[in-house]
Amino acid sequence: MAVTEPSAKAKSGADSDASPAALGADLGLSGDELLEMYRLVALARAVDERMWILNRAGRIPFVISGQGHEGAQVGITWALEKGKDWIAPFYRSIATCLTFGMSPRDIMTAQYATASDPSSGGRQMPGHYGSHEHNLVSVSSPVATQLLHAVGLALAAKIRKTGQVALTIMGEGSSNQGDVHEGLNFAAIHKLPFIFIVENNGYAISVPLARQVAGESVANRAEGYGIPGVTVDGSDVLACYAAARDAVARARAGDGPTLIEAKVTRLTGHSSDDQQTKYRSEEELTSEKSLDPVPKFRQQLVDAGVLTPDAEERIDAAIKESVHDATEYAEAQPDPHPSTAMKWVYAEDWPSETPPPWGLGEATGDPAGAAEAAEAIDESAH
Amino acid sequence: MALKTFIEAIRDGLREEMTRDENVIILGEDVGKKGGVFLVTDGLWDEFGDDRVIDTPLTESQIIGTSIGAAIGGLRPVAEIQFADFIHPAFNQLVSEAARLRYRSNNGYSAPMVVRAPYGGGVHGALYHSQSVEAFYTHVPGLKVVIPSTPSDAKGLLRSCIRDDDPVLFFEHKKMYRSVRGNVPDGEYTVPLGKAQVTHPGTQVTVIAYGLMAHYALEAADRVADDGISVEVVDLRTLRPLDKETVLDSVRKTGKCLVVYEDNRFGGYGAEVAAIVAEEAFDYLDGPVTRIAGPDVPGVPYNHVLEDWFMVNPEKIADGIRKLAAY
Repeated sequence: MAVTEPSAKAKSGADSDASPAALGADLGLSGDELLEMYRLVALARAVDERMWILNRAGRIPFVISGQGHEGAQVGITWALEKGKDWIAPFYRSIATCLTFGMSPRDIMTAQYATASDPSSGGRQMPGHYGSHEHNLVSVSSPVATQLLHAVGLALAAKIRKTGQVALTIMGEGSSNQGDVHEGLNFAAIHKLPFIFIVENNGYAISVPLARQVAGESVANRAEGYGIPGVTVDGSDVLACYAAARDAVARARAGDGPTLIEAKVTRLTGHSSDDQQTKYRSEEELTSEKSLDPVPKFRQQLVDAGVLTPDAEERIDAAIKESVHDATEYAEAQPDPHPSTAMKWVYAEDWPSETPPPWGLGEATGDPAGAAEAAEAIDESAH
Repeated sequence: MALKTFIEAIRDGLREEMTRDENVIILGEDVGKKGGVFLVTDGLWDEFGDDRVIDTPLTESQIIGTSIGAAIGGLRPVAEIQFADFIHPAFNQLVSEAARLRYRSNNGYSAPMVVRAPYGGGVHGALYHSQSVEAFYTHVPGLKVVIPSTPSDAKGLLRSCIRDDDPVLFFEHKKMYRSVRGNVPDGEYTVPLGKAQVTHPGTQVTVIAYGLMAHYALEAADRVADDGISVEVVDLRTLRPLDKETVLDSVRKTGKCLVVYEDNRFGGYGAEVAAIVAEEAFDYLDGPVTRIAGPDVPGVPYNHVLEDWFMVNPEKIADGIRKLAAY
């Protein structure tokens, strides 16, 4: 497996002639930071794989996945300041959310739609993550709407002089929406501290790039707005970090937005309700596996002597424990009660906003036996 | 007290809130140096500068979507949509995003913002400069919808909207901007959201209206007084959350209810009011709940004869009152 593409190598500065210990040094990344980035990439994959097992085992009705996108997500998110900057993510942003502070429990309770799910309290479908605590804007289902929210956050940051950067992410299919044009135009006019990430996996559900994007490059569109458009190998974690780091520096310096198109692969169907073999060939699916960021980053770190057998064992064990814990925790969490279903339509309750004739009901959730089920699933996953 | 036009009261409300809170910003088309096509924001760009009075491109979805993000980021945006007719490209941002943000995040997020837009006909605006769009938004839980009818209410309600923690649509009837004058209290008063007002007490028929129709309802009440009919006029002021109590109290007293709105009759906001009255005050009713509303054509026609035919006016309301009173 190739360690890096030549073009990406130049961007990441991962020079094969340099001593292995120097990996990431030119980017200011320490060995510990590289290991933490690897942990997040691998953790996101492990959480994601667990979600599919739970779905196939009938425990959760729906999965939408980030497999194949994790390298780009961790590399890019790493360039932002946690707890300060803003991200308006999308439904594949599991690694983004984990990197920005959400926990595997936070992700897993969203799959089970528990009352304690911090994204929505069980109100939204899985994949619609969000956390005010971690500056991750709540995800909705209409695509690309979030770009304008990030632009608004960048406007607020500029006016209030907070020094924050706002970043949004979506797929290349979503990037065709009108909101993208309207938002990029506005952000560029006002030189807002805004970064637009397109995770281009080549498919909008079933429609391939050639049928979605004229010219087959989203990054090229940046030129029309007078902003830089960067294309980066999305399976190269450090190249993604480097591109995002440059964009953050531009944004903080008041030089305006950047568009980064990260070329990734979608290793799963669009969702658990999609069968991608209907529109993608076996050959294509096999060859796309070479773009998987997880083994690629791992090999890069092993070759550089950063990921030692000891370190890998420690990280793997911690991930396994973390996924086990998140699953068990989420399985045991209660459903939201209908008595809460009319809360938070508005900030306050209004007497004229009345419950339906059937009232606010009784809880129907039955967490009995949940812990045993979690145990069984956990076993099957090992 | 000072005598002000409707538009002056709105402008004063904006200026005073911007002075009070530096997080209040205005964004919209032509709102800057020009002061808006109706001059609602006239002078505010001079006073508050580029950062706080922002001329946007012709991008309604962006105006609303950016306002949502800015609100999350700590600002209090007051977005202007140049004509309510042009708000439709922002429907997704309003309905899918602003309205649902608090609910879908289980109170993790909210979008405290105001969307102002001139609405309504009777000004030779034809199909695309005359629309009443309130029903699209009153239908949506999570949005508040306010339509003031007096300068005093406009200023006091606008203050409340800007200070409110949820998204509010604030529709201003454009025919009233310079034709309606009224006394506006001095000082930093507010008018609470969700409170209707009885603007004309009466005993025999309740007329429920808002915006320009609240004025026409008062005129109609005067006309039928000559016929010996006593009308109570309720000006809703806030359409959602609706002040059901004031509406139902009045109908329980008079036993008859006429709902007036300028929008197309079918599925209009007044239809919901009529349904609530029918469901919750049935035992008190002494006649059918009836409506006087705009005809069901896709827009207000331009030609003045056709426009006059379309528009609800005091005489059409008075006829409706007479018929209901005689029931």
